[in-house]
Amino acid sequence: MKRLLLTSALILAGQGAFADEIRVLNWQGYGTDLDWAIAAFTEKTGNTVVHEYFTSEQEMLTKLRTNPGAYDVVLINSAYTAQAKDEGLIDAIDTSKIAHFADLDPSLAGNEDLNPGGALYGVPWTWGLTSIAVNTGDFAEMPTSLSVLWDPAWKGRVSIRDDGLEAVQFAAMALGQNINEITDLDAIKAKLTELLPQITTFWSSENDWNQFMSAGEFAVATYWSGSASRSQAKGLPIAFVVPEEGAIGWLDGLSIPASSTHKGAAAAFIDWMVDPEFYVKWDAEGAPVSSNTKALAALPETSFNRKLVEDPATVARVQFMKPVSDEDREAYLKLWQDLKAAQ
Amino acid sequence: MATTIAGQDRLRAVTLLSPAYLWLTVAVFLPLSAMAFFSFLSDVPFGGRDWHVTLDNYRAFFETTTYATLLWKSLKLGLIVTAVSVIVGFPCAWVLAKVVKGRSREALFLLVILPFWSNSLVRIFSWAIVLRGNGVLDRAVNAVLPWDVKLNLMFSPTAIVIGLVHSYLPYVILTSYLALQAIDDSLIEAARSLGAKRRTILWRLILPLSAPGIIAGAVLIFVPVVGSFMEPRLLGGRLGTYYGTVIEDQFVAVFNWPLGAALSFILLAVVLAILAAASPILKRART
Repeated sequence: MKRLLLTSALILAGQGAFADEIRVLNWQGYGTDLDWAIAAFTEKTGNTVVHEYFTSEQEMLTKLRTNPGAYDVVLINSAYTAQAKDEGLIDAIDTSKIAHFADLDPSLAGNEDLNPGGALYGVPWTWGLTSIAVNTGDFAEMPTSLSVLWDPAWKGRVSIRDDGLEAVQFAAMALGQNINEITDLDAIKAKLTELLPQITTFWSSENDWNQFMSAGEFAVATYWSGSASRSQAKGLPIAFVVPEEGAIGWLDGLSIPASSTHKGAAAAFIDWMVDPEFYVKWDAEGAPVSSNTKALAALPETSFNRKLVEDPATVARVQFMKPVSDEDREAYLKLWQDLKAAQ
Repeated sequence: MATTIAGQDRLRAVTLLSPAYLWLTVAVFLPLSAMAFFSFLSDVPFGGRDWHVTLDNYRAFFETTTYATLLWKSLKLGLIVTAVSVIVGFPCAWVLAKVVKGRSREALFLLVILPFWSNSLVRIFSWAIVLRGNGVLDRAVNAVLPWDVKLNLMFSPTAIVIGLVHSYLPYVILTSYLALQAIDDSLIEAARSLGAKRRTILWRLILPLSAPGIIAGAVLIFVPVVGSFMEPRLLGGRLGTYYGTVIEDQFVAVFNWPLGAALSFILLAVVLAILAAASPILKRART
């Protein structure tokens, strides 16, 4: 009996040493949980991957706080990396463990939000834009300005996401304000008051958006670049537009929780996630823009992301989202709620 | 001897009632008290956040007019949906109880209960397909009428009312049916033989006698409709902000459980107050 216990303990210990089960915390359906990608990772390293999902950044932070040791890799938007670091939830990244780190875009790897306190806490993974997409059946010529959302010609066929922060940011861009330093909230409120009668309904998910667009309910709506590439791949007649006022940029990083017990395997997984081999295949299914310059260079000419980043003028117009203070977030939410309630 | 029998009876009563009370404690009382506790906190009490006991969440309701406006809007929606359901449902119940008999009644009953068997989200989405511009209804109407009609009911308060009435209609039909069936046919015959007109029979005989059923159905509809959030959100579009959707936002989107809990309890209090205020009328209707 004793021997049996001992052998099973040894087997367990052996598995622990050679093959870890790492737990990844991410949005559902966002790259890390692709079956073929996990299978390839397991084949390469022997480690297996289990996923858990969150539906908002707040939920992600709560899960990290309440379940120490439960996660080994977590996706954190760069606007939240500093907060997670300050609460001691994540560890600084040992870049020597990430073989592809040298290929990552230096401006992203050096992004100040991913480097709170001067050390890298999140490996830049993907970035993308929140901008507008239009139905190419309705628009013979692509709009060049955000003012298309306010154009009376499209009244009742405009949509934005039901999100106070994003609504305020779009209004800020339309008014020429910086999305990270909003100065005139009253002007934004007035602008949004004009926008609301234009709107048919709010969209809340990619699936929603696709249905409304294919049913002809939307002519122009805000959208995410990664989702736009997926919708196009599915055959929806849409075009993604980065207007002259700019677009909201977001940057997602992969971090390792301080309480992780499989840090080596976690680093290996992050390395696989920035591997060009993984990204090129993911891009074909519709993905956001990779942080790996070699991965972008390896994309086919026709790829949505390749075309998006090829034009430096487009990239220059992007306003990357900075952390938003709780007070500001609450103020925006209240403004948005009041406007909706007044409808 | 007598005491032991009483003791046995009591034991039996306790045994028979305990599952129900256990269920009430676990499924109703505990979550409700947890929510009541949350509503007095400054932040959710997990995840190592700082929290203290406060009344701020209840104060927030009175600080702006937003919540009160929305609550009023939701109450109006509740009244409209209840009224439409009663107006549509009562005649249905009458037909079921007094007109049809046997097999066809069973078939009709099945049709009434059918909506209950499908998931409510599925029902709402099917309405979305029917109501939207160039949807099933638009095409059907245009196929019949020679001129071009644009109904465009989707994303309007009408769409919300249609969706909610469809979801809750069975309640009022079933409760009215039970009340109507209890009315002795000979009473109606007696009234008729004494020369009462149809309208008099309806107003002075049938309605008063079936009032308990109608009222029970109306209450069953009014209470959930005031707090509804799914139908307004999916069918109301930009006009679909109601008190229920704001509570949902607090729990799902903003993660402000304490405020969401406080808003829910205010809703509960207002609904209870309305029912209490209406109870004298309800009692009179019963006797």
